[in-house]
Amino acid sequence: MSAVEAAPAVQVRGLRRAYGERVVLQDVSLDIRTGEVVAMLGRSGVGKSTFLRVLGGFDPDAEGQVVVPDNRAIVFQSPRLLPWLKVLPNVVFGMTDPDRRERGRRALAEVGLLDHAGAWPNTLSGGEAQRTALARALVREPDLLLLDEPFGALDALTRMTMHRLVGELLRVHRPATLLVTHDVDEAIALGDRVVVIDSGRIAVDVSVDLPRPRRRETAEVAALRRRLLRELGVDDAELDG
Amino acid sequence: MTLDYRAEPTTAAPPVVDVPPVAARTRRRFRVPRPVRRLAGPVLVLAAWALVCATGLVGPQVLPAPWSVLGAGWDLAVSGKLWFHLSASLERVGLGLVLGVVLGTALAVASGFARVGEDLIDSTVQLFKSVPHVALVPLLIVWFGINQEPRIILITAGVFVPVYINTFSAIRGVDRDLVEAAKAFGATRRMLVTQVVLPGALPGFLVGLRFALAAAWLSLVFAETINTNQGLGYLMSLAQTLLQTDVMMFTILTYAVIGLLSYALVKGLEHRLLRWRNGYEGA
Repeated sequence: MSAVEAAPAVQVRGLRRAYGERVVLQDVSLDIRTGEVVAMLGRSGVGKSTFLRVLGGFDPDAEGQVVVPDNRAIVFQSPRLLPWLKVLPNVVFGMTDPDRRERGRRALAEVGLLDHAGAWPNTLSGGEAQRTALARALVREPDLLLLDEPFGALDALTRMTMHRLVGELLRVHRPATLLVTHDVDEAIALGDRVVVIDSGRIAVDVSVDLPRPRRRETAEVAALRRRLLRELGVDDAELDG
Repeated sequence: MTLDYRAEPTTAAPPVVDVPPVAARTRRRFRVPRPVRRLAGPVLVLAAWALVCATGLVGPQVLPAPWSVLGAGWDLAVSGKLWFHLSASLERVGLGLVLGVVLGTALAVASGFARVGEDLIDSTVQLFKSVPHVALVPLLIVWFGINQEPRIILITAGVFVPVYINTFSAIRGVDRDLVEAAKAFGATRRMLVTQVVLPGALPGFLVGLRFALAAAWLSLVFAETINTNQGLGYLMSLAQTLLQTDVMMFTILTYAVIGLLSYALVKGLEHRLLRWRNGYEGA
């Protein structure tokens, strides 16, 4: 292999975002390489979602240098499917490729929903709707995948299934991925790197070089979990309790 | 300190309440089906009406018996007069409805999508809304004479207001998150309008349409007081001159049936167009 690595898919330098007097992001710099999953942790209101929205191109008022690929896809916290379109048209919404329906079917098959292609979104369960949203993002073969607390509204069991599914799909598709979450276990399970954002800056940036599946019982995972929780302001007493 | 609202000491066993088994209780007694129960009221009114007429308590000039009303209707139908007048009225309502719906929807789209449109249109329509449109009748006659135009315009005026108001607020009420998501997935401006905002506004539009139908038939009654020799309104005023109470009551009955049919039409339309709402798959 060549010694010169390809430029990271995402390069953020000195990003600042303020709403009037209130500074949400002070000075954030972050790279995400192709195929790398960066999990971003932080307490609520620290600007995780703001950061994701900047990368998604939803926020024209942010200052700083942001380089992102054009081909981006996002999975929001709620599925945001158009209720008047059936599942398959939702998945391929906005695509112009002539083979989009075939690709949409393949994406639905990947998330295990091929037999729901003709269903109305309102008939789906929360997990199915979110898998549809995931298919809608993956079918575009994005260079950057943005996941904005995508499992936050799901029940604990569905969330675990989703973690496994998303983990497998990310290893197949290998986009640069930003996963914004407040769930430390989720960040450890899916992230190649975990960053913690605090006071408008990146406070922690750790590579998670552990084999998958990452079980909570193993010493390394437990230590990392404890460290990240401490960074998030959870003290040891609460951890043990 | 904790408050204890119980009179008994806490050591006492909780009172045992006898709950009768609900299912058993309802199964034992025969229940009249709901549609039949709901029909009981109208049937009672009809029976009282027939009784009052049969006993001669009220003269037939004041209140003709149900069978005379139906008889008058039969005569009108057989002679072809009913269809002649009904079709004239239907044509007016149909034309006014189409014009009013098109106008109301066009204005709602114009002011729903553009600030300039809203500034120009919305306040104007709100102003117009505060005028009872049937008050326009004399003015319309002065402007357009006693031809078909003032009648159609009156119905159009009654129809476009509810269509505009409901469609406009529905367009503005479309979920911003959905619009943002659609943009993120590459929707063009045209797609945003035709595939996101307008389908999202459809339920509101249909509510407006329901009001519009009621307004159309109401407007028709006023519109047909304008010098005419065709239509249900003409039939009514003719019967009034000839003191044919049975024909007058039959005309009112016709209005009622048409009103019910219009309502059923919109319901059917909602069922077809809003299948996605309850997940009904269709046949």
